[in-house]
Amino acid sequence: MPAKTRTRKSDLKSLTIRVCVGTGGLAAGSQDVIDEFTKQLKAKKIRATITKKCVNKTGCRGFCAKDVLVDVIRNRKTETYQLISPEMVSTIVENHIVNGEPVEKWLVGPEYHEFHNRQTKILLDQCGQIDPEDIDAYTAIDGYKGAKKALSMDPLEVIEEVRNSGLRGRGGAGFSCGMKWDFCRRTPATPRYIICNADEGDPGAFMDRSIIEGNPHSVIEGMIIGGYAIGAELGYVYIRAEYPLAVERLRIALDQAREKNYLGKNIFRTNYNFDIKIKLGAGAFVCGESTALMRSIEGKRGMPRPTPPRSVTKGLYDKPTALNNVETLANVPFILLKGADWFTSFGTRKNTGTKVFALTGKCKNTGLIEVPLGMSLKEIIYDIGGGVEKKRELKAVQTGGPSGGCIPAEHINMPVDFDSLTKIGSMMGSGGMVVMDDTTCMVDMAKFFLTFTEDESCGKCVPCRVGTKRMLEMLTRITEGRGRSGDIERLLELSDTIRLGSLCGLGRSAPYPVMSTIRFFRHEYEAHIHDGICPAGACKALRQYLVNEETCKMCGKCFRVCPSDAIVWEKKQFAKINKTKCIKCGSCYDACPFNAIL
Amino acid sequence: MEKNCQKILHRYNAEGGSVVSLLQDIQEAFGYIREDVVDWFSDELNVPASNFFGVATFYAQFYLKPRGKNIITACCGTACHVKGSAPIIEKLRMDLKIPEGEVTSKNGKYTLESVACVGACSIAPVFIANKKVFGKLTAEMADAMIKGLEKK
Repeated sequence: MPAKTRTRKSDLKSLTIRVCVGTGGLAAGSQDVIDEFTKQLKAKKIRATITKKCVNKTGCRGFCAKDVLVDVIRNRKTETYQLISPEMVSTIVENHIVNGEPVEKWLVGPEYHEFHNRQTKILLDQCGQIDPEDIDAYTAIDGYKGAKKALSMDPLEVIEEVRNSGLRGRGGAGFSCGMKWDFCRRTPATPRYIICNADEGDPGAFMDRSIIEGNPHSVIEGMIIGGYAIGAELGYVYIRAEYPLAVERLRIALDQAREKNYLGKNIFRTNYNFDIKIKLGAGAFVCGESTALMRSIEGKRGMPRPTPPRSVTKGLYDKPTALNNVETLANVPFILLKGADWFTSFGTRKNTGTKVFALTGKCKNTGLIEVPLGMSLKEIIYDIGGGVEKKRELKAVQTGGPSGGCIPAEHINMPVDFDSLTKIGSMMGSGGMVVMDDTTCMVDMAKFFLTFTEDESCGKCVPCRVGTKRMLEMLTRITEGRGRSGDIERLLELSDTIRLGSLCGLGRSAPYPVMSTIRFFRHEYEAHIHDGICPAGACKALRQYLVNEETCKMCGKCFRVCPSDAIVWEKKQFAKINKTKCIKCGSCYDACPFNAIL
Repeated sequence: MEKNCQKILHRYNAEGGSVVSLLQDIQEAFGYIREDVVDWFSDELNVPASNFFGVATFYAQFYLKPRGKNIITACCGTACHVKGSAPIIEKLRMDLKIPEGEVTSKNGKYTLESVACVGACSIAPVFIANKKVFGKLTAEMADAMIKGLEKK
């Protein structure tokens, strides 16, 4: 950066401002913040004298709860601000950038450092630091060196290295990535394909989106290495159309890579040809399943077929195909560059490396986190997540999305890795982690996931198509207070039928949310069915709102938030709830500062 | 219509498209999957129309009916659900007068649809109104959001 500056009365020598433009940041208004910085700096003639690109866009840095996050790197000293809005920009420019005095009150607090210090960032380290729309930013941090190295090796050596690293698929089942490539390579038919699965359909997971938005080149590099290893000349990225920003960034990255001859003919000056195409998903959860995904790329209805033959031998257009998840592929360049031994130094023996989790729900610090596999659930939720918000009690943690299960609070000391999660009746899935407190009803949770799977069932297998519908009907009945005795047994029986009688992962795992909530929270089901009570107070039909006149301070807060004018209140009078107008939304309950609404 | 269709057909032939990508292009150009457009392609490509509709009805992204002028997408992901998106969806349905079992209001002004997860769980509950993302939405903010749309 040019050291000379014309800003008088200031010791400003270099300046970089980094603003998060992930989906979370954009929703919090980061584009306005960027525009404001650009405008202000231009007005003060700072922008022109420092560098053309001193306001940088970066990907998600994980701590989305405090967006918009802004890094101001002034004379090589970094300060991070949180919860920045455009109105605050002028103060920051005046005090910090011109006069060198950071605005203390807006700086991030200790929880920001706590949140980051307890993590081990490999994949996410670069997201949030580099400009995702600039290939040079990626090559500056050793980007594409892993691919260069791989292409100088024999493909079998590449596979061996990945196999030795113990890298397991980050998409759900946790199959060894090296073994998958090996199977694919051994199948004589050609051409072979490599597909990156970015159809992140799990509700509550967004790590794939963040990686592609924050560092798309790492995924491309992973695909080049994988493609070379299995002997494919064409790769596909199957990505959700619901992620417009990620698609856009990926398109830019692909174009840049082609320009540099990292993709195309004779890439990296070798005789290897490789290119990548983007295929947009059309919104079907089942297309995360490998055989369904390939049907969808072929332009057909995305329905799974029986396996074997597995897709590594007969996949896309009936040719051998390796399908890897975004996060798996993003790990590959590191393994090639730094070696399998380096990778196995993270995590445990059978669960090597790190995993990105989307920590969400009723947790103080929500966002994207990366930790070594095998870290305990307690450390993740309390040390990184800062515990449950509003000091409520932790009830359960849901992992694995609609295919996973709930882990009750008493098992909080368990390590989080592929095998332990499966043992407790949940699964890794793509890594969503939703924290639930005592106001979350577990029956309602099971119903929520069944609504999802019932809707997404492709309809091929009868147990899944009809079974999930019947199950949902039963659960709906229970949450509406019309449960019958014997419902729990019927649910369990149906769970077994669906689990054993369906073809694909979606069907086989569809009953897991029900099974695990019955296993650990059977008493909640019983309370709904036999007593007509929802212990968490979450099921609307079983809830009655009342004002406790002993604790009501007549403040009128409930009156103001009520969206359906159901609360009658005047100054110096107790509030009253009109039951016929009440839509039981719970706004008054949340708004009351004195817990006077029951 | 003919001109638009020719354009799409040209792209289809040039890029080696599939039924899915063709339908995506049709929807992009016409707003929804129009029956007469599908028939045109069916004749042109010698592919039965049932093939197109089979695919179109399989995927959530394709619409067989015209959509409203303003499109509000409600995220129905786990985090949004836990953080209370359901009452807001219900409220919007009531306020926008969307009939039960439909997604578009009778005057064609609003479409309220739900999507599995937009992947912005940290700022749950999330709603998207005409591509602008609203995070941590409350009932009051929803009112303001609708007012903003009404002005347009």
